[in-house]
Amino acid sequence: MSDASAHAAHAGEPGHAVHAVSEFEHAQSKLGMWLFLASEVMFFSGLIGAYIVLRMGGTKEVFDGSVLNWKLAAVNTVALLASSLTMALAISAIRRDDIHRAAINIFLTISLGGVFLIIKAIEYSTKFLHHITPGTNVFYSCYFTMTGFHGIHVLAGLIVLGVLLVRILQGRYSSKNYTVIENTGLYWHLVDVVWIFLFPILYLL
Amino acid sequence: MSQEHHDDDGRGGHIHQEPTSFFWKYVLSIDHKMIGKQYLFTAMFFLLFGGMMALMMRWQIAYPSQPVPVLGALLKPLAAEQLEAKYPDAKTRPKPAKNTIFTADTLKDGKVVIQGGAIAPEGYTKLVTMHGSMMIFFVIIPILVGAFGNFLIPLHIGARDVAFPILNALSYWLFFIASVLILGAFFLEAGTAAAGWTSYPPLSALSEMDPASSSGGAIWVLSLFFIGFSSIVTGVNFLATIVTMRAPGMTWTRLPLVTWSQFITAVFQTLATPVLAAALMMLFMDQVAGTNFFIPAGIHTTADEPLSRAGGGHPLLWQHVFWFYSHPAVYILILPGMGIASDLLSTFARKPIFGYKAMVASMCGIMFLGFVVWGHHMFLSGIGAGMGKFFMTTTMLIALPSAIKVFNWLATMYGGSLSWRSPGLWAYSFIAMFTIGGLSGIFMAATPVDIPMHDTYYIVAHFHYVVFGGTLMAVFGGLTFWFPKFFGRMMSEFWAKVHWAFTFVAFNLTFFPMHLLGEGGHMRRIGSAVEKYEFLQPLQGMNVFITHAAILLGFSQLIFLANFFYSMFYGPKAEANPWRSNTLEWTTASPVPYHNYDRIPIVQHGPYEYNAAPETTGSDWQPQDRQTNAAKKG
Repeated sequence: MSDASAHAAHAGEPGHAVHAVSEFEHAQSKLGMWLFLASEVMFFSGLIGAYIVLRMGGTKEVFDGSVLNWKLAAVNTVALLASSLTMALAISAIRRDDIHRAAINIFLTISLGGVFLIIKAIEYSTKFLHHITPGTNVFYSCYFTMTGFHGIHVLAGLIVLGVLLVRILQGRYSSKNYTVIENTGLYWHLVDVVWIFLFPILYLL
Repeated sequence: MSQEHHDDDGRGGHIHQEPTSFFWKYVLSIDHKMIGKQYLFTAMFFLLFGGMMALMMRWQIAYPSQPVPVLGALLKPLAAEQLEAKYPDAKTRPKPAKNTIFTADTLKDGKVVIQGGAIAPEGYTKLVTMHGSMMIFFVIIPILVGAFGNFLIPLHIGARDVAFPILNALSYWLFFIASVLILGAFFLEAGTAAAGWTSYPPLSALSEMDPASSSGGAIWVLSLFFIGFSSIVTGVNFLATIVTMRAPGMTWTRLPLVTWSQFITAVFQTLATPVLAAALMMLFMDQVAGTNFFIPAGIHTTADEPLSRAGGGHPLLWQHVFWFYSHPAVYILILPGMGIASDLLSTFARKPIFGYKAMVASMCGIMFLGFVVWGHHMFLSGIGAGMGKFFMTTTMLIALPSAIKVFNWLATMYGGSLSWRSPGLWAYSFIAMFTIGGLSGIFMAATPVDIPMHDTYYIVAHFHYVVFGGTLMAVFGGLTFWFPKFFGRMMSEFWAKVHWAFTFVAFNLTFFPMHLLGEGGHMRRIGSAVEKYEFLQPLQGMNVFITHAAILLGFSQLIFLANFFYSMFYGPKAEANPWRSNTLEWTTASPVPYHNYDRIPIVQHGPYEYNAAPETTGSDWQPQDRQTNAAKKG
């Protein structure tokens, strides 16, 4: 059977997914991703919890974030929300074997995520130009750390999405083999959800 | 055909061909058994390294400022005059080392008047920090989870590997990177971190307070970050494996307690470790990026001027976030050991575990309660009486499930046919030592009692009793027990018993007196307490005694090492089931073949059917994949 020989051909080496993914493997893989996302929630909860404690214990002078540009951040929020939409559209497209549409939507997701990072870069650089750094006060310690780690997660997601875009155009995915895309979608939704928490906490409240 | 490989619709995992090249077989293996061995050997190295550091600490306590034998002469740095003599050319001469573990010789007129090689004051705190960090993160967790978890979980559930074998290999190599980092810190100019394994800021965050904070301390943080990442990936892997890959008939109530304990441990690893990652990242930012998460405003060192940090942070924040992980971490340190002890006990008492469901429920209780007791590490940190009451209550509560387990182990032994073979000896001594450690824990759980006991040797005695007397003894038993599965041979039973006897006696001689030291007010993490505090001088005799016992304990481990490595190559070849044990791994060959099982087993009953129905089965044991005759008869 092709399964056994496919595995024999790639004995011992990290394998290529050239076969259809069984329902079991699909479900197992998704469970793994959900568990990983649970750990990511705990990570950001640690940071957000620290923010809450520091803010409740700090005075207005010490905990001052009034310089932040919430309008730019609102644009970022819309961008990420839209990117989650395009991600979901990509997944529904690949489940219908619509490679073309799936590729377009992944491209849009990457673009919107890129917009997010560009705006973030603008925010960071204007702050540094005004000599606002992570050490300026403890609010900025939180701000740079939390948005920084969130940004790292966005970047990692974009890199994976870039690889997926190349591979989907190479015809490696179909309605029988789209687990990686769905799992990446789950990850991307988490990145979005984390930002939905960070935006009001840092910029609005 | 695929039929013979997928008789379980693929849930047990596919049969891969075994790799033939050395690299893919031994180095970048994705086989859970090989990865388990990689973890085991790396962790054993750190056990020796960490143990050596403990002996150096004990030497300093018993013989302050005396050169450490052998190591001191080998590792002491050169004094300024000696460097001049060795490197006459000032351009190529290295600077005199500072912040090292050992003192250099003191010379006068070119002659050595005071021998170097003693433990330097700042060296002692570096040893304390590294000993604790290494033992917890680089020895116990990797052995329990990385070695035993990896090796046994697929075998116990009747699968061919874990859910995500490539991620499994990634976990090990993240651990390896962390190992390189933490060893590398010893070579930094300012040396390793020196703020204890608990790394409380501001000391651990500010290089103005400890020169190593922004170098050795930062490396410590990164190392733990990598090892935490490794832990999280493993946790996800094990949870997915146990949930999805159990063989047909392996229901949750038929899982061996080893597997249950690994499952609960994996929950802690997946959900608690990320909070440590958050804490570590905030500390790292404080160390290198000038943030002030844990630095209050206006903080001074010894200088008159306050440091030019904006401040606004709070040291207590670190303690909360750190202990939110590190308390569940101690349950990671004990639960797999409890699982191993249960399996060993049942096998060597030839009796089913008493109260299997209560054992599982207790572990689940520990899992829930374990997340809400962390404040008992902070009773003296200024958390206030209200919080103190809450944590005292939850901490007292968590003693209940542990006690239930101890009673069930004792009930398992009662009326059993106790074997004196070495894995059994380790299991029995586990119960006794864990009980003693648990009892001292109850004292500490009571906040008023903790007030004089905190940061004394009473605490040191407590955790060494549960982690060494408990977990490490279970580990030694488990290594002896599963040695045939790992390596296809048997360890020498005689030398295993000798090792057990020496370890058991020397362990108690070393750590029991520490309860008394603590009650006498002897504080922790200090290499010359008796020299500084007159009221402790009557305790110095006990300190010297403990050091001698510790040296005996340390050297006794060489017996185990010799037995372990000799038997690996020259021990008598083992049969499939030398211990007549019931769990699934004993139904396959010794050592376990690459694909684990020729056919995925179909599980018929629970793992502890010893002497359950000897008249009908004809033997005192029943492998999990055999129907009992009673069941066959219908």
